[in-house]
Amino acid sequence: MALVIADYADCRALTGGLRSFEVEAATVRELLQKIEERYPGLGDLIDQRMAIAIDGTITQDAHGALLEPQSEVVLLPRIGGG
Amino acid sequence: MNKPVKPEDTGAILKVVGTRPIRPDGVEKVTGRAAYGADLHLPGMLIGKIKRSPHAHARIVSIDTRKALALPGVKAVMTSADMPDLAAEHYEAGESASNLKDLSANVMARGKVLYHGHAIAAVAATSNAIADQALDLIEIVYETLPHVIDVEEAMAPGAPILHDHMLTAGLGETPTKASNIATKHRLDRGDLAAGFASADVIVETRYSSAAVHQGYIEPHACVASYAADGQTQVWSSSQGHFVIRGLCAKLLKMRFSDVRVIPAEIGGGFGGKTTVYLEPLALVLSQKSGHPVKMVMTREEVFRATGPTSASVVTVKMGAKLDGTITAAQVDLKFQAGAFAGSPVGAAVMTSLACYDVANFEITGWDVVTNSPKVAAYRAPGAPNAALGVECAVDELAEKLGLDPMAIREKNAVRNGVRAPYGPVYKNIGYVETLDAIKSHPHLSIPLGPNQGRGIAAGFWFNIGGESTVNVSINEDGTAIVSTGSPDIGGSRASMAMMAAEVLGIGVEQVRPIVADTASIGFSTVTGGSRTTFATGMAVVQAAEKLVIDLKRRAAETWGVETDQVVWQDGAAHCLQAGKAPKGSLTLAALAGSAGKTGGPIATVVALNAQGAGPGFGVHVCDVEVDPETGHVTVLRYTAAQDVGKAIHPAYVEGQIQGGVAQGIGWALNEEYVFSTGGIMENAGFLDYRVPVASDLPMIDAIMVEVPNPAHPYGAKGVGEVPIVPPLAALAIAVRHATGVRMHDLPLSPSKIRAAIDAKAG
Repeated sequence: MALVIADYADCRALTGGLRSFEVEAATVRELLQKIEERYPGLGDLIDQRMAIAIDGTITQDAHGALLEPQSEVVLLPRIGGG
Repeated sequence: MNKPVKPEDTGAILKVVGTRPIRPDGVEKVTGRAAYGADLHLPGMLIGKIKRSPHAHARIVSIDTRKALALPGVKAVMTSADMPDLAAEHYEAGESASNLKDLSANVMARGKVLYHGHAIAAVAATSNAIADQALDLIEIVYETLPHVIDVEEAMAPGAPILHDHMLTAGLGETPTKASNIATKHRLDRGDLAAGFASADVIVETRYSSAAVHQGYIEPHACVASYAADGQTQVWSSSQGHFVIRGLCAKLLKMRFSDVRVIPAEIGGGFGGKTTVYLEPLALVLSQKSGHPVKMVMTREEVFRATGPTSASVVTVKMGAKLDGTITAAQVDLKFQAGAFAGSPVGAAVMTSLACYDVANFEITGWDVVTNSPKVAAYRAPGAPNAALGVECAVDELAEKLGLDPMAIREKNAVRNGVRAPYGPVYKNIGYVETLDAIKSHPHLSIPLGPNQGRGIAAGFWFNIGGESTVNVSINEDGTAIVSTGSPDIGGSRASMAMMAAEVLGIGVEQVRPIVADTASIGFSTVTGGSRTTFATGMAVVQAAEKLVIDLKRRAAETWGVETDQVVWQDGAAHCLQAGKAPKGSLTLAALAGSAGKTGGPIATVVALNAQGAGPGFGVHVCDVEVDPETGHVTVLRYTAAQDVGKAIHPAYVEGQIQGGVAQGIGWALNEEYVFSTGGIMENAGFLDYRVPVASDLPMIDAIMVEVPNPAHPYGAKGVGEVPIVPPLAALAIAVRHATGVRMHDLPLSPSKIRAAIDAKAG
C-alpha cells in the first residue's frame, strides 16, 4: 500500500489532523478516488490545487502515473514560477 | 567545477547539445526588425487608453462617460459594466489558478478602486491626443477611504479593510470578522521546542525587503481585433499566449476557438507577463467600436498598475550546536499581496529551508492584501525574500559560533536521500557539488581590503514541467521546422533547434524554430517556472525521435529491407544489409525529396505533460566595498555556481545566471516602490526607480555544475529562477562584513548605510 504523507495544513484540516496514511492504489487516479472516499474534499483539493511527489519525483495532473506497493506519495501545493 | 554529461550517460556523443551556436532570433533583434507588442499596425486601428484611479482606496460613487463619448474621434468608452460580473471561480491558467472575479476587478475596477493607478475606464479613439482628451472628460465621483500599504500595518487590528468578504483561511476555524490576511500557511516537522532546547546557540533576527518590479524593458502592449462574426485576433507580448487566450475567453465569456492569440516578440517578462491587463479591455473596446484597438502602457503605468513582487517581513529564529548542526528553525513570513489575495508566500514557506537538513522546524506564511498593485510572479516567486531572512540568520549563527560560512552550510546541506522541508525525498540534486564548486573557486582566496566585505548565500528553486505541444516537420530539402507554443524569453528557440538537430543528426542551422499562435499548435502553458527547456524540450526530443523512426521506415521501404536493418546516423539512414542500398545511405534531404513516394509529408506532433523537473540549487559569493562617507556600495566581484542539470546552450545558461544575479543586486541595493503618505508611488520611472545598469555591475562569473536530471533526455534542469534567490542575502551579508553593521531592511541604499555607520560610531 502506498504511504501518503499529508504534512500541509490544508490537507490535515481534511484528514482530522492525520499527517500520513496508507492507500491501496495502482495509479494516481485510483489514489485520488480512494482519498476522496476516505476524506471527503481532500481528493478534489489535491486534484485542483496540489502536486504529488511519487518517490521523490514531483508530478502535477499525472493521473495515469503508476504507483508501486511501497511508493511514498507526498502531497504538496502546486508549484509555479516566474 | 564543470561536470558535463559523459557520452556513456546519454548513450551517444553529443554534437550539438552543449555547443554555443548563434541564436536564430539574434539578427532580427540586434537590427531592430523584431516585431514586439507595440509594433503591429492594422487598417482602421484605434488607440486605446485607460483612466486610472487617483486614489489608493475609494468607493466608486458614479462614472459619467457621456462627455468623453461625445468627443469627435472617440469610438468607444468602457467600464466594468461592459464586462461580465464573474463569480469567484478558480481557473487553472499559467502556473497557478487565477480567481476570475479578482482578475476581472483588477483589469477594470468594480465598485471600489484598491490602489492608485487601478484601471476604472478605458477609451478607444482615432489618435493618442483624442484618447487623452477623452480620459479627462470622464467624470468619476469617489468616496475616498483610508488606505494601508505596509504589510504589518495591514495585518494589525483596526487596519482599513480592503475586502469586506475576506475571511482568513488556514486558521483551522473560519473567523467571523473580515481581515486583510487572506491565508495563513503553515508547515512544520519534528519537535520545535526540543530542537531549540538542544541548541547551544540561538539567533533571532528580522529582515524586510521592499516591493520591486520585474523591470522588463518592453511595456505591456497588444492589439485586439474583434470581427462582426465574433472571430477575434489578439496580438500580444506575453509569456504564454494560450494563457492570454484562456483568460480573455473566461473574463469575457467567449469561446476559446473564437479567440486567436498571436505571440509578438517579448522584451522581457520575468514572471510579470503571465497574466492579462490590457487584452480583455482591448477586446471590449474593439467589439464596441468595430475597429482594431491597440493599447500600449507607458512605463509609469507599468509601475503603477502591473504586478511588482511582494514587500515582505521575514523573522527567523534558528538554533545550532557548537559544531554548527542546526537543531531547530522557526520562520515567519509576511507577504504583501497587493490589492487581491495571492502573494507567493506559499512558495516562500516551501523554499525557505530547502537547502538545510533540519529535523525540527515551523514555518508560517501570511498572505496579506494591501492598497498597492496586485503582485505578479517574479523569478522564483517568494524564494528571494525567504532566503534573505534564512541565509542572513545562518550567517549570524556562523558568526556567533565562530564557524566558516561555507562550513556551516556544508554541515547542514541537503543531499540525495534527505527529506526536503517541503515534503519529498531529494534525488538527483547537486547542492553539495555546487557548494564544492564555490569552495574550490579562486574567488574565496582573494584578499579583501579596507571597507570591503564578502557575503556567501545559497538558494533553491523547484523548477517545473507541465504541458507543451511541439510540431516538427521536414521540408522538401531536408531542413526542419520546429514549432512550439512556448514564447521565447530566454533563448529557447535556440535550445529547441539544438535538441531537434541533435536527434535528427543535422546542423542546428538547418533547423528553423518558431513560436506558433494559438490556432496553429496545441496548448502549451506559459514560459515560466523554468520549464521550457525541460518540458517543451522534452517534447521536441520526442517528436524528433518519432521522425527518426518514420525516416528509418521510409528508408527500409525504399531498400526493401526490414526496419531493424536500418540505422540513423549523422542525418542519414544507413543500411546494415549488404547489397541492398546502392549508395549505402539515404540522407534526410534525399528522403524528404521523395517523401511522396514513401507515405507523404514528414511531420509529427508531440503533446505532453512533462513530469520530473529537477530542482536547482545555487551558491553565490560576492565582494563589496562600502564608501564610509557616502554609504555607496560597489560590487567588486560576484561568483555564482548553480546546478543546471545539463546546459543545452551554455551561453544562455550563463546569461540566465548573470541576469538573475543582476536583478537580485538591484533588489538588494537600489530598487523599491516608494509610496507617499497618500498611497501614491513616487518613483514610477526608471530615473527614480534605479535598476542596475552595466556600469554598476562587475563581470558575474557563472559556474555551471552539471548533475543531470534523468527525467530529461539530455539531463536538463530549469535554470532561470535559482540565480535571483541568493543575491539579496549575499549582498546584505557582504555589507555587514564591510561595515560591521547588520542591515535588516532592503534596499541597502547609501542613506540607510550611512545612517547605520553613524549610529554604530555613536
